[in-house]
Amino acid sequence: MATVLPETVPQPPADSKQGKALEPSFESWGRYPKLPADLRPLSWTTDFPPRERPAGAMLPVGAGRSYGDVCLLEEGTLLHARGMDHLLQFDPATGILRCEAGVTLAEILDFAVPLGFFLPVTPGTKYVTVGGAIANDIHGKNHHIAGTFGSHVLRFELVRSDGSHILCSHRENRDWFAMTIGGMGLTGLITWAEVRLRPIVTRGINYRGDKFVGFQEFLELSRQAADVEYTVAWIDCVSTGKNFARGIFMQGTHAETPAPLTRSKEPKLVFPIDLPEFALNKFSIGLFNFAYYNKQRAKTVNSVVDYEPFFYPLDAVLKWNRMYGKAGLLQFQCVLPWDEDQRGITQIMKAITSSGLASFLAVLKVFGDVPSPGFLSFPKPGLTLALDFPIRPEVSFDLLHRLAAITLDHGGRMYPAKDATMTAAQYQAFYPGWEKFAAYVDPAFDSAFWRRVTGRA
Amino acid sequence: MPKNDRQPLFPQKILILGATSAIAQATARLLAERGASFFLVARDPYKLAAVASDLQTRGARFVRTLKLDLDDLDAHGPLLTATIDAMGSIDMALLAHGVLGNQAAAQADARVAEALYRTNFLSPASLITWMANYFEGRGEGCLAVISSVAGDRGRKSNYVYGASKAALNVLLDGVRNRIDRSGVHVLTIKPGFVATPMTAHLKRGPLFAEPRTVGRGILRAVQSRRDVVYLPGFWRLIMFVVRSVPARIFKNMNM
Repeated sequence: MATVLPETVPQPPADSKQGKALEPSFESWGRYPKLPADLRPLSWTTDFPPRERPAGAMLPVGAGRSYGDVCLLEEGTLLHARGMDHLLQFDPATGILRCEAGVTLAEILDFAVPLGFFLPVTPGTKYVTVGGAIANDIHGKNHHIAGTFGSHVLRFELVRSDGSHILCSHRENRDWFAMTIGGMGLTGLITWAEVRLRPIVTRGINYRGDKFVGFQEFLELSRQAADVEYTVAWIDCVSTGKNFARGIFMQGTHAETPAPLTRSKEPKLVFPIDLPEFALNKFSIGLFNFAYYNKQRAKTVNSVVDYEPFFYPLDAVLKWNRMYGKAGLLQFQCVLPWDEDQRGITQIMKAITSSGLASFLAVLKVFGDVPSPGFLSFPKPGLTLALDFPIRPEVSFDLLHRLAAITLDHGGRMYPAKDATMTAAQYQAFYPGWEKFAAYVDPAFDSAFWRRVTGRA
Repeated sequence: MPKNDRQPLFPQKILILGATSAIAQATARLLAERGASFFLVARDPYKLAAVASDLQTRGARFVRTLKLDLDDLDAHGPLLTATIDAMGSIDMALLAHGVLGNQAAAQADARVAEALYRTNFLSPASLITWMANYFEGRGEGCLAVISSVAGDRGRKSNYVYGASKAALNVLLDGVRNRIDRSGVHVLTIKPGFVATPMTAHLKRGPLFAEPRTVGRGILRAVQSRRDVVYLPGFWRLIMFVVRSVPARIFKNMNM
């Protein structure tokens, strides 16, 4: 009975050392690593800097949708900015929305779609915050045309732990603008941002799906679809032999026939439990990949689909990361610059298929050459591959280190927002500008990721 | 001009006391999407400005704010006048201000408890008097007050807070009995655990509801002219059980 009623928890005296505040757990989407931290909610932009400075380091976090440890901090205070969720201004003439950094892309869609506007860039989940989207300079299926999310951010306010407010844009404080976009939350707290939305007349997407086998066919389809707004491929990372690198190339454009712009329904499905570790194995994953590839019977399919399943197929099931069990999952995403014979990507795929660890949804996409405004942004021209792995201590980490090594050999780099394993040496080779960036890190801020890749973990 | 068929069901001119509270904001956002006008009252001008921009952006027809400490009962009459001056009239008043307080401090020092009673009971009681008389005179209006399940029975862990809400509940029962027949809707809202800054120091269990869920429940209760609503609804059952325990057993329970 004691647990079911709202009650006041007696507050320990301020000077009490044992009376430690409750520690609500905060996990990243990969649920690995698991690090204890104090969680302090920020509900208003004026809640930061806090009146009582916490003892350890601080790190702003949003929805916790990055996979590894960019949103984690051991023995520190996570500033949970999700509560800063006010929309501040919208101009339908220009599509410019000003909102606080804790607003999620889902909330922007709920607001903007009925008014005939859509996100300029969206990742594979809409449950990320605007602050997180800027801090990780996320990308989407239209990278080859539209660049990163940061390319559509006009302005934002950065608040430093010393209380200074820095208004950042292409014109004002340009260095802070560049360092904060893709700056992993380390340069200060983003309180609000201005983002330019794009007009739509319907929720519909003109969709085309093409089956392919091998990188040659994938690249041919990518070339043909170079001017199509959204392109991405699902690729089978399990099959070998004649089915090696088979997949489905998906392309879409916003349909142009006006149709009612209703708001999305909230998903009803929640993945109910943590699956046991053995549930995901070579057999079940192979079966999934077989079924997914063969779901589409014809070589080519054309249809009009709703934007939800097109952009956010996994959002339909909340907490789908429970599928990987309590241990969590490891994500891997790299970009490899173009090379004539796709040696790098082939090596990576071979390492994955032979490990037998591959997962369901591996994603392959061509990045374009629209430059990112962020100094440390991940995307660059080339091929990007993303997939997740169940955590099997004896093999998963070895595989990820091997993949990182191949990525480095071929002049590529890995994505911090999806990483829990790269070494300091690898990171510093991927991002040679890191030392210049370090000068902009707020002296009171730190993250588990940043400690690791700067060799302090 | 043809009227939107939804319009008559939603109040259009809304006074919110404690407008920066999470539950008040969640409720106001739903009404803003339907083009309502707002007069917002709270203590912190920066927070008020954020709430005002938010509601305006979401479609509010008109938003006016007033920085005021509602513990000052003398300000309540002028507040009502200012609201009517700004909006012409009031369809709905939502009383959302209140503090959770600190039980340990309040049971040790009656003056700490007095401050809590002032904020959680005397202040809303005064506002309820002003609003009830205003609505009664008009023969319509919705007086919605955020109370708490904690007012259903006193427990050692938060009975000072609970007592302030219990008093509020009884007052609202009486006011409803007095003016319901005049066409005024008096709504007692009893939320359980809600994930808000007020409860940020509590461990979030499965019984916690999102403010948005509670906001939707309030709107449904306003539309369907409910008298007393538990939000989420399962709290009605929990509190029924809690109230049913005989005192001689209850007094020995650890809650």
